Amino acid sequence: MTDNRFTNRSELIGILVLAVFLVVVLPLCLDVFRLNLVAKYLTYAFVALGLVICWGYGGILSLGQGVFFGLGGYCMAMFLKLEASSVANTKIQSTPGIPDFMDWNQITALPLFWQPFHSLIFTIAAVILVPGIFALVIGAAMFKRRVGGTYFAIITQAVAAILTILIVGQQGYTGGINGMTDLRTLKGWDIRPDHAKVILYFFEVGLLFVCIFIAQFIRHSKLGRILVAMRDQEDRVRFSGYSVANFKIFAFCVGAIFAAIGGAMFALQVGFMSPSFVGIVPSIEMVIYTAVGGRLSILGAVYGTMLVNFAKTSLSESFPELWLFGLGGLFIAVVLAFPNGLAGIWGDYVQPRIDRLIASRKPKSEAGWTDNSVADGAPAE
Amino acid sequence: MFGEYSIGDLGSIFVMQGFAGLILFSVYVLMALGLAIIFGQMGVINMAHGEFMILGAYVTWMTSNFFQTFLPGLFSGYFFLAMILAFLASGALGMLVEWVLIRHLYKRPLDTLLATWGLSLMLQQAYRSIFGAREVGVELPQWMLGSLKVTDSIEVPINGIFVMGLTVLITVVVAYVMYKSRWGRQVRAVVQNRIMAGAVGINTAKVDRYTFALGCGIAGVAGSAFTMIGSTGPTSGQLYIVDTFLVVVFGGAASLLGTIASAFSISQTQSTLEFFMSGSMAKVLTLLAVVGILMLRPQGLFALKVRK
Repeated sequence: MTDNRFTNRSELIGILVLAVFLVVVLPLCLDVFRLNLVAKYLTYAFVALGLVICWGYGGILSLGQGVFFGLGGYCMAMFLKLEASSVANTKIQSTPGIPDFMDWNQITALPLFWQPFHSLIFTIAAVILVPGIFALVIGAAMFKRRVGGTYFAIITQAVAAILTILIVGQQGYTGGINGMTDLRTLKGWDIRPDHAKVILYFFEVGLLFVCIFIAQFIRHSKLGRILVAMRDQEDRVRFSGYSVANFKIFAFCVGAIFAAIGGAMFALQVGFMSPSFVGIVPSIEMVIYTAVGGRLSILGAVYGTMLVNFAKTSLSESFPELWLFGLGGLFIAVVLAFPNGLAGIWGDYVQPRIDRLIASRKPKSEAGWTDNSVADGAPAE
Repeated sequence: MFGEYSIGDLGSIFVMQGFAGLILFSVYVLMALGLAIIFGQMGVINMAHGEFMILGAYVTWMTSNFFQTFLPGLFSGYFFLAMILAFLASGALGMLVEWVLIRHLYKRPLDTLLATWGLSLMLQQAYRSIFGAREVGVELPQWMLGSLKVTDSIEVPINGIFVMGLTVLITVVVAYVMYKSRWGRQVRAVVQNRIMAGAVGINTAKVDRYTFALGCGIAGVAGSAFTMIGSTGPTSGQLYIVDTFLVVVFGGAASLLGTIASAFSISQTQSTLEFFMSGSMAKVLTLLAVVGILMLRPQGLFALKVRK
């Protein structure tokens, strides 16, 4: 009965454990500053979740997830920036009512593409649609022509480079290298004080679970099985009459939209958005979070993101030199020794022991449930 | 946008920008040659390629310092020794990396990307710890300074000519090694059919190791040449890595001729555009054009005709 379209029993337990950890344990144990850090890490967890679908299941490695994170983040930041640049707030500028960086760059009127971002509804739609359509265009152009694997990775990387250069170059419209800073209110509600951060954290966790359930749904539907089949034997799926390109485009778009939601939450939580979260380096780091957590594991992506970021923060505070050695070594170790990441260690070594322990205590007929959890199959290559 | 220049001015502008583009072209070719061997022939995505280049640059810097301190009389010729040392250092490191890391990942090409990214982070930090975070510049010998005056309005710097000559020389050597020598035939045999190559008695593991080392060694020489025209810091390698991959992919991964042609078209487009708009917009337009063409022709300009 527990094995419905969304999840099976062992996965449900995993989700519950994560929920208790994020909703109860962390808010009780951490002060607001640390909780806000966790919230910042979790914005990347959205990206990692999207990568599990498009890389782990779909077999498409995108090195341009920073692009979608950035697009989502900038859409949200534009709305918040407009709200923070009301005429009353900006009366010392030569043109009041426009964002401060435009004023510094001698732009005297709000550009046309900024105008619709006065509306929150439009902004929320844009957070989803702009990256979604962008991913659709790139995906259609690439997958219809059967570009995949390394070529796709390199081209998405180039797209990330292009967008970063563009954002930095067009200072007057985007805030340049500093990005959009000094974001203050959301519909008049101040997002800077502590209690707002806590509310935003819970909102973000809720959104994360929505995304987890969507990912679970895709994973357990026929669609998810086709994605996995396609990753392992693309030609066979094609010969069976499925449109491989369309499924790849779908997976890529889902990954992009998840990343964009993460970006939008980032702008809300952290209060600024800058090109340093768009380019090649952050994009690859996002792939690493997924790889460390386990490219096949939906929950592993969340844990992997939190773990790597936690290590980054604590190590780079105390040992700034060691940190890069540690991070680099971690990548190499994960790739060489644990291709399925933390979730792989859990699934291969820890869980079988627990299962055996449970099985030895219970009558045999009930022990068969956990078999579903290993159905993910072999690693991508 | 051409209105304010006379025909003669425009001519000089194109020649000057064309020449600046040629220097950029040389850097691209030198970096892309190594990558075309590693990525195009072996299928390994080496994200640490830039760091191998920087190693060459640091070796050159150290050699130049050594000559300045101990052998000032021979300083004008330090560069030739530095280049050999850069090749050996990067090649040796490449061999080590292949043995420790890459050989386990030949069946998983996308994972080489992650692992070598980790490697590049470690190398960057190593450079920062050893050489310091600031950029270092090499002092050029006297004969490389100054420029040739071709006409009244056209001047070409001598170090640029030197770097270009070097590029031509190295390209010829690489083309000979890959396409004419016995060893190059072995490399191509291993690439096309590893099992069959092994069956006819080629030591494929050894060929892999030396191929990777050759690619890294050429990157080291590229870094060495790079010190002639710019300064070097721990993270300089990252600036070029995406461009270089695009050059290789755009040209068609397995084709040396394609690599050269694509490096030429990309560098010329960029340096010509740079005169008429900001450098960043020129770069955006160039990259956009490359990505656009790649979407139309995914296998690159000079693709081998293979059915997929």
